[in-house]
Amino acid sequence: MINVENLTKRYAGQPAIQNLNFEVGQGEIMGFLGPNGAGKTTTMRILAGFMPPTSGRATIAGFDVFSQSLQARSHLGYMPENVPLYNDMRVDEYLVYRAALKSVPPRRVAERVGDVKELCGLKEVGKQLIGTLSKGYRQRVGLADALLHEPDLLILDEPTIGLDPNQIRQVRELIKNLGKQHTILLSTHILPEVEMTCSRVIIIHKGRIEACDTPDNLLGKIRQAGGVLLEAKTGTDNGVEELKKIAGVRDVMTDVDGEWKIFSLRVESGADVREQIFRLATDRHWTVRELTQRRATLEDVFVELTHPDVI
Amino acid sequence: MRKFYTLLSREVRGYFHSPIAYIVLIFFLLVAGVDFYFQVSFMNQRQVQYTVQEAFFNSVFFWFAFVLIFPLITMRLFAEEFKLGTIEPLMTAPVRDWQVVLGKFFGALIFYLVLWIPTLLYFGIFLKITNQPAAHSGGAYLGSYLMLLLLGMFYISIGCLTSVLTRNQIIAAVISFCAITLLFFLGLVQYILLDVSSATRDLLGYFSAIEHMVTFSRGVIDTRPIVLYVSMTVVMLTLTYQAFQSRKWRL
Repeated sequence: MINVENLTKRYAGQPAIQNLNFEVGQGEIMGFLGPNGAGKTTTMRILAGFMPPTSGRATIAGFDVFSQSLQARSHLGYMPENVPLYNDMRVDEYLVYRAALKSVPPRRVAERVGDVKELCGLKEVGKQLIGTLSKGYRQRVGLADALLHEPDLLILDEPTIGLDPNQIRQVRELIKNLGKQHTILLSTHILPEVEMTCSRVIIIHKGRIEACDTPDNLLGKIRQAGGVLLEAKTGTDNGVEELKKIAGVRDVMTDVDGEWKIFSLRVESGADVREQIFRLATDRHWTVRELTQRRATLEDVFVELTHPDVI
Repeated sequence: MRKFYTLLSREVRGYFHSPIAYIVLIFFLLVAGVDFYFQVSFMNQRQVQYTVQEAFFNSVFFWFAFVLIFPLITMRLFAEEFKLGTIEPLMTAPVRDWQVVLGKFFGALIFYLVLWIPTLLYFGIFLKITNQPAAHSGGAYLGSYLMLLLLGMFYISIGCLTSVLTRNQIIAAVISFCAITLLFFLGLVQYILLDVSSATRDLLGYFSAIEHMVTFSRGVIDTRPIVLYVSMTVVMLTLTYQAFQSRKWRL
């Protein structure tokens, strides 16, 4: 559906994205992840035909986004960051206007506008001026607009930014449902969102692709697949030295809660050291009140890839 | 064609959704009304060689209001879209650049023509009250309004160009106001510079909107101004189109 080859964009000589290569297949929900300023919006704007790349090429449904821009644009629904809208129009009026621009056949306009309003929960605000809508509703109008002409591909730039937790959940559900019929490329820096909705993830940092895989594989690949939390009374033992001797433990940090010691262990990828810790504790007569393995999240992957020094 | 029509109707509606439209309308009708009243009362007091309709379209009041409305009408066209970012959804929809440019140009032109509709009433009222026609022939009305259309096309296309060059409406308005005023005064230079050859004077006269209006409001349809204004409009719109396309490379 999307094919990107060596895509590069420079602003005044400064590269915003460099040599991006990726593909998004039919029916995929691709998450586009990266810190602010990583080049997500730039990439999406190029794909949406809003600006040309400095070099490289990108195609949508086989159409070059630059030389066959019009055909490419008619295959995609794009929701820009912050959803700029005409504040002086009413929701219904705006959607009808957009439908006509997107070549929805005249006799289907009313039906499509009704459908997208239903889908995006805009039924009750149809007569309202867009300027008076809350952020959440504006976001939904943007999404409704992107869906109007039943595009094969949806490009959504930060669809949940600025929404409250309930709205985020609603939008996430909506995207998941849309993913059944549409190919979706969405950008975000909210990580749980990606884990929950996306079938594949691209992590982009400083204009380069750092990783491109399924969320599960990314978690598997990470060097520190999480850690272990141990809360114990170690008596006269220091605890840290003993724990460090266990194979697979990379680092131990301690904290104190009254007479309880709290150990945070960083472990090698794939290693499960809980059994050894249990043995150690029974050997040394430690009293244990908690022993849990913390699962690695996409957040760890993200931090590791985009900010390696922190770990 | 449907996309062009959609963009056009959005532009025209955009005017009536904003307070600018009503302020311009009120301002314009006020000045035009005062102008008409003054001309008629002036002619009431002495013998003159021209008709009410000629006086109306050639007065200082008229020109004052005239050059001022174009920056107000055109400043928002592109600058507002750039400022609000609505250019992004607009240009990522499958529309062509020229459809947008022409939609905006004709949208502004239609609003401009709407401004003039009430002035038709003046002549009707004049006829009804005085039982005398305001002009010596129907052609004089036709000529005047044709000149208004031609000048409107040209000045609006200048406004389109200045609006596409910036995201700041005030800057767009100031530049187009200066450009239109300078062009307007170019036609007056012939009265100021006395030591120039008659060829130069004639040449400058060809650009004089005032002269054109004098001719046309008498009912004389001269093809030279028609060619001038139509071709200059095309040039300005072409430049607007080019400048609009260049946004992609300036980002």
